[in-house]
Amino acid sequence: MSETQPASEGMAGRETGMSGVFKRFASRRLAATSAGLLALFVWLVILWPWIEPHHPYALGDAQFAPPGGRHWGGTDVHGRDLLTRMMHGASMSLMVGAAGALVSLVIGVSWGAVAGYSGGRVDALMMRGVDVLYSLPSIIFVVVLITTLESALKQWFSKAFSTEFAASTRFLLLFFGLGSVSWLTMARIVRGQVLSLKNRSFVAASRVLGASHLHILRHHILPNVWGIVIVYLTLTVPSVVLYESFLSFLGLGVQPPQASLGSLIAEGASQINSVRIYWWLIAFPSAMLASILLALSVVGDGLRESLEVRNRE
Amino acid sequence: MYLVRRLMGMLPVMLGISFLAFMLVRLAPGGPFDHERRPASPEIERRIREKYHLDEPLLTQYGRYLSGLIRGDLGPSLKYRNHSVSDIVIQGLPVSMTLGLCAFVFALGVGLPSGFYSAAKQGGFGDYASSLIALSGVCVPAFVVGPLLVMEFAVRKKMFPVALFESPMHLVLPTVTLGLYFSGRVSRLLREGMIAVRNAEFVMAARAKGLSDISVLFRHVFRIGVLPVVSYSGPMLADLLTGSFVVENLFQIPGIGVFMVNSSLSRDYTMIVGLVLVYAVLLLVLNLLVDVAYRWLDPRVSYE
Repeated sequence: MSETQPASEGMAGRETGMSGVFKRFASRRLAATSAGLLALFVWLVILWPWIEPHHPYALGDAQFAPPGGRHWGGTDVHGRDLLTRMMHGASMSLMVGAAGALVSLVIGVSWGAVAGYSGGRVDALMMRGVDVLYSLPSIIFVVVLITTLESALKQWFSKAFSTEFAASTRFLLLFFGLGSVSWLTMARIVRGQVLSLKNRSFVAASRVLGASHLHILRHHILPNVWGIVIVYLTLTVPSVVLYESFLSFLGLGVQPPQASLGSLIAEGASQINSVRIYWWLIAFPSAMLASILLALSVVGDGLRESLEVRNRE
Repeated sequence: MYLVRRLMGMLPVMLGISFLAFMLVRLAPGGPFDHERRPASPEIERRIREKYHLDEPLLTQYGRYLSGLIRGDLGPSLKYRNHSVSDIVIQGLPVSMTLGLCAFVFALGVGLPSGFYSAAKQGGFGDYASSLIALSGVCVPAFVVGPLLVMEFAVRKKMFPVALFESPMHLVLPTVTLGLYFSGRVSRLLREGMIAVRNAEFVMAARAKGLSDISVLFRHVFRIGVLPVVSYSGPMLADLLTGSFVVENLFQIPGIGVFMVNSSLSRDYTMIVGLVLVYAVLLLVLNLLVDVAYRWLDPRVSYE
């Protein structure tokens, strides 16, 4: 952040609005490259079903074939092409991650901001609510949710809509369950930031000038919170994706033959034994997951620095 | 005064949690006896339900549970007959807590220096190398790290025992397996926190005062930059102290993390509610400590 502008210039930067943010972001080469690569990857994942050389569920004779000419990523226990399964897994993981991030962004930020800013009784009440939800161990909550509601919802869906729709019950529950546990931390973090911000002099100055609470929240407090929010979002995506892989490990997540990156890693881990390790089954999905997350975090960094042109305080 | 008020504030939350957990598991379809002695005669099932008072109205059951709770009785486990929930918790919790504390120390010991280094070298090669390592730690799940560590350090090199919970040496591999993910998160959070305040006025003032870069980083930037980590420590410790299903399963450690998953899969009502309460008490106390630490670290925060 060595290139942070002085306050006056920062104000000018803010007036140019989103296009200014975009320009500053584009000028950060690493962040812009990562964003480009990420976008490219997302398109590749979306288009993959039309260009894939192997069907993701097609069984083959070549069990555990190491990476080579025919199967670039090798094959798994059923002789399925790993690369194809990884691309399908990536699309599933990205969807799960996006759902979790969206919920934690919308609910978490507004909840935390309102609680922290209001203070007093409202804050106490709202944060006690978060405490109650927080104090249910999320694993118990999600496991109970998925195991109990699945059969009931499935029946209801197949009656009310169609059997095809009922097949996606697991996804809906997964999105819902992961979303409902992912916003709590965000709310706490945003509240902590707001608490520390609202006693600063610029907030008091704005209030003396007669600004409304909504104005202060939107123009003085939230802009200073976006940095940590964006960064936390880039942390929420991995944690949601990992949570899904843990559920897959328990047999409650994505159901085979469908795959997520996490369930592929779990499959690879189950093949670890003292005789030999099929390294590609672990290394490739893990590397893909790690690269996605690293790109996300570099993008998050770039975004934060482009948004946050003014000095704090 | 503040502490007393906060402690009083915990009571309604605990009541809310116990009520929510109690009702949640009981309203869900399926029961603890679904999978045993099928097809059981209705008479047998009726007797069992009667024995555990499951035939009474829900509110009466909740009242019975609460009155037991005041005496410190968490009720009998519905799955592990002849064991009370308190027995299981008292046996398993110290084990999980020992492991969890080790993992917490590991997470801070690795995460704080690496995050600090990243922030100090922001944008440079060292930053990205350290960030890549931290992110890899975050995105490789414990059920991959664990088996790999066991293969390498226990089976091949025979440096550490494969499993069980007997000596300090037995703790090393589980600690690393459990702590790795959290150390990655701590590192990321500290990096972001420190970068966010690097150019704040009080930091500028400290620099203008003539302090060297390194002491500005330590005494001013770190002090405020560590706040997100402090925030995260509450939930992190609560998670760690109540054990992890994967790690306890893998290393055959007799903690309570395994019960968290198994009891919710098998609808062991009393066990679930008991574990929820244990977790909740830990979390509330830890979050209180976090808030106290917050006020101590950042003089601008006030809760009055």
